[in-house]
Amino acid sequence: MLDSTPDGLNFGESPLLRTIGLTKRYGDFLANDSIDIDIWPGEIHALLGENGAGKSTLVKAIYGLIQPSAGEIRWQGKRIVLSGPSEARKRGIGMVFQHFSLFDNLTVAENVALGLDGRESFNDMSARLAQVSKTYGLPLDPKREVWQLSVGERQRIEIVRALMQDPKFLILDEPTAVLTPQEADQLFIVLERLRAEGRAILYISHKLEEVKRLCDTATILRGGRKVETCDPRRETAASLARMMVGGEIKEVKAAAGRTTTVPRLVVNDLSLAPGEAHGVRLEHISFELKGGEILGIAGVAGNGQDELFAALSGERLSKDPGTVVIEGIAAGHLSITERRKLGAAFVPEERLGHGTAPRMKLSENALLTGHAASGMVHRGFINTAAALKTVDRATETFDVRKAKRDPEAASLSGGNLQKFIVGREILRNPAVLVVSQPTWGVDAGAAAVIRQALLDLATAGAAVLVTSQDLDELAEIADRIAVIFHGRLSAPLAASEATREKLGLLMGGSSLEPKEAAHAVGA
Amino acid sequence: MELVEAIILSVLAASTPLLIAATGELVTERSGVLNLGVEGMMIVGAACGFAGAWLTGSIFIGALFGIVAGTMMSLFFALMALGLAVNQVATGLALTILGVGLSGLIGAGFVGERITPAVHLSIPGLTDIPLVGRVLFGEDAFVYFSIALLVGVWWFLYRTRAGLILRACGDNHVSAHALGYPVLRIRTLAVMFGGACAGLAGAYLPLAYTPFFIPGMTAGRGWIALALVVFSSWRPGRLVVGAYLFGAVTILQLHAQGWGVGIPSQFMSALPYLATIVVLVLLSRARSGGSTAPAALGTVFVPDR
Repeated sequence: MLDSTPDGLNFGESPLLRTIGLTKRYGDFLANDSIDIDIWPGEIHALLGENGAGKSTLVKAIYGLIQPSAGEIRWQGKRIVLSGPSEARKRGIGMVFQHFSLFDNLTVAENVALGLDGRESFNDMSARLAQVSKTYGLPLDPKREVWQLSVGERQRIEIVRALMQDPKFLILDEPTAVLTPQEADQLFIVLERLRAEGRAILYISHKLEEVKRLCDTATILRGGRKVETCDPRRETAASLARMMVGGEIKEVKAAAGRTTTVPRLVVNDLSLAPGEAHGVRLEHISFELKGGEILGIAGVAGNGQDELFAALSGERLSKDPGTVVIEGIAAGHLSITERRKLGAAFVPEERLGHGTAPRMKLSENALLTGHAASGMVHRGFINTAAALKTVDRATETFDVRKAKRDPEAASLSGGNLQKFIVGREILRNPAVLVVSQPTWGVDAGAAAVIRQALLDLATAGAAVLVTSQDLDELAEIADRIAVIFHGRLSAPLAASEATREKLGLLMGGSSLEPKEAAHAVGA
Repeated sequence: MELVEAIILSVLAASTPLLIAATGELVTERSGVLNLGVEGMMIVGAACGFAGAWLTGSIFIGALFGIVAGTMMSLFFALMALGLAVNQVATGLALTILGVGLSGLIGAGFVGERITPAVHLSIPGLTDIPLVGRVLFGEDAFVYFSIALLVGVWWFLYRTRAGLILRACGDNHVSAHALGYPVLRIRTLAVMFGGACAGLAGAYLPLAYTPFFIPGMTAGRGWIALALVVFSSWRPGRLVVGAYLFGAVTILQLHAQGWGVGIPSQFMSALPYLATIVVLVLLSRARSGGSTAPAALGTVFVPDR
């Protein structure tokens, strides 16, 4: 292991925060196994690791949300025991959560007030809020309720709230996961400014290019232990990934000479009113997806992806049958089961509760989507042997790791459950596969297996529609990429033309056309 | 004239227990807890309130008995639903069944006894003003207190930091916990406040409404109070309007029977609930986003440590 003294900057002084042998035990499970980490003032320190590596547990302990089972935390050289987050905040530790800790039905100002310790009046606080948001270029309207705001704006509240405590040390948990590339760039400017002010930042991410660009130091966790502390600028993305995973990741390869065939999924001018309170209206969505082709849909979360999935899967029906055409048959008015019978398969974003019934066994979950077109149901009776066989096939083909042959869905890890769900659908040999966020929250190994499976399915002649917020993923597997924004879908770009800049502009709601239009006017 | 004044007076009297109980339940629900045991807490409050007043001869001490009894009942609820994370709906229903039985037991010895009911305010000159005099200046202490209570709750919820924290717990307990607020402790206090109000509202019945105790005398007022909280869409301002409206409906129902209007009394009794459903539908259509109910209402929270 390397010693972690970055660039000699604060050589000789003690680190701002140091954990020594920090351990957190849940029953028999060691979420953190004696972790030592040093954070110095004026550095951006990346915390890398796969899901379940123990990153969240570590920062929760540093922020006082959980008590470590063993080991200690030293703040400016002195041992501290944090009774809770408010004590951490008092000492100058701030945190921006991955899943925002905001209150949807309260205003921006109220949300900010709740994150502070309440020693100043509401009016003074509001004035300071306006000042901080101006200083750092993070505009906010204090009177609006949170549910009305975009994801990027919500994150701004979290950041401003943390900055208002004037923290010496700020923890950011995957801050760019929900941002467009341009929004992320703006965030980096703010973070670089905070670093220049001498504050320390602990930056959790698994976007390695971002870490290489921004961070001074990186600590890598795997399976609850610290693997390495290094300078990310001297590493390559591949070497960082190796340390995170503990081995090589299989490269995803598309088979050469994939040919596209007939259109298998066609959407014609699909418009749909939102189904629920916070929903998005789909407006005039049209695209054509041929067999052998993967179409990626990029976009910031909450721009209509869920609504589009519901409209395609038949969870929400369209009045006009012709809006969704599966295998040449108008299916807009057909139920989920009828669409499955046409050869379509669907993998929703949420694994537990949408993709599977959490407390039901895998065989029962296989049956839930497979009953319409498989041998698992015979004259209304369940063929248990056939259902179990489906589970076994999915397990073998997709390397699903589980404790017993037929456990409850909820007992599987995210990656393994996702492999099972994707496997369950692919084994049905669908003509059309609609999949939403296929590798969200999945470890790198499982993600590679799933992406490869999608590519293989397309090679076999199926039409695959992938919705994802991960642009790298889309670049890796999609032939064409379209962007959804405010319920409207852009024209698809060929994957070779879809640069991050172009996609980022579309994701932020800009159009690629005005430039050309301006040229036309000029000419 | 006389009749109008009499009707207004009886509407106020009928509305006051609804207003007090619903104000308490509003605070409980705003913290994210659904306590369906209002009826049970009220009826125990009624029995204990009457017992207290009969034993000491003091209406004030009777009211205190009611408050303590309601609080004790709510503590039992808090222990089950918050401490042990039992389903809130089931616990609340059990609390009502328990309360009805318990009040019969406590009140058995007092059935048929009478007390001197709470005195009404009397200010010479003012109380004698026709039509409005007795309505404004001739009520009992409970009526004035109920209005002060509601104003106090409004001020607490929207003008104090503690109120903001309570609303935050009701909106998203995970976030509130992540920010370091003791969600379960805050909710326990809110449940206790709801219990105290329900107990007081129950005690109002034998102490001021009728000067005697009979088993089951709350007669579904706890359920109306619950409906009222939904009707008000969890806002104190609308709660007053709703309470007097619902009170008026119950009085109208009595008068309608007296006048021989051909509407079945059962229909009139059902009106508050029907009105609640209509209001819910209208509200959800009017508001395009956000939720009118506290988002975490009725959900179990177990903090991880």
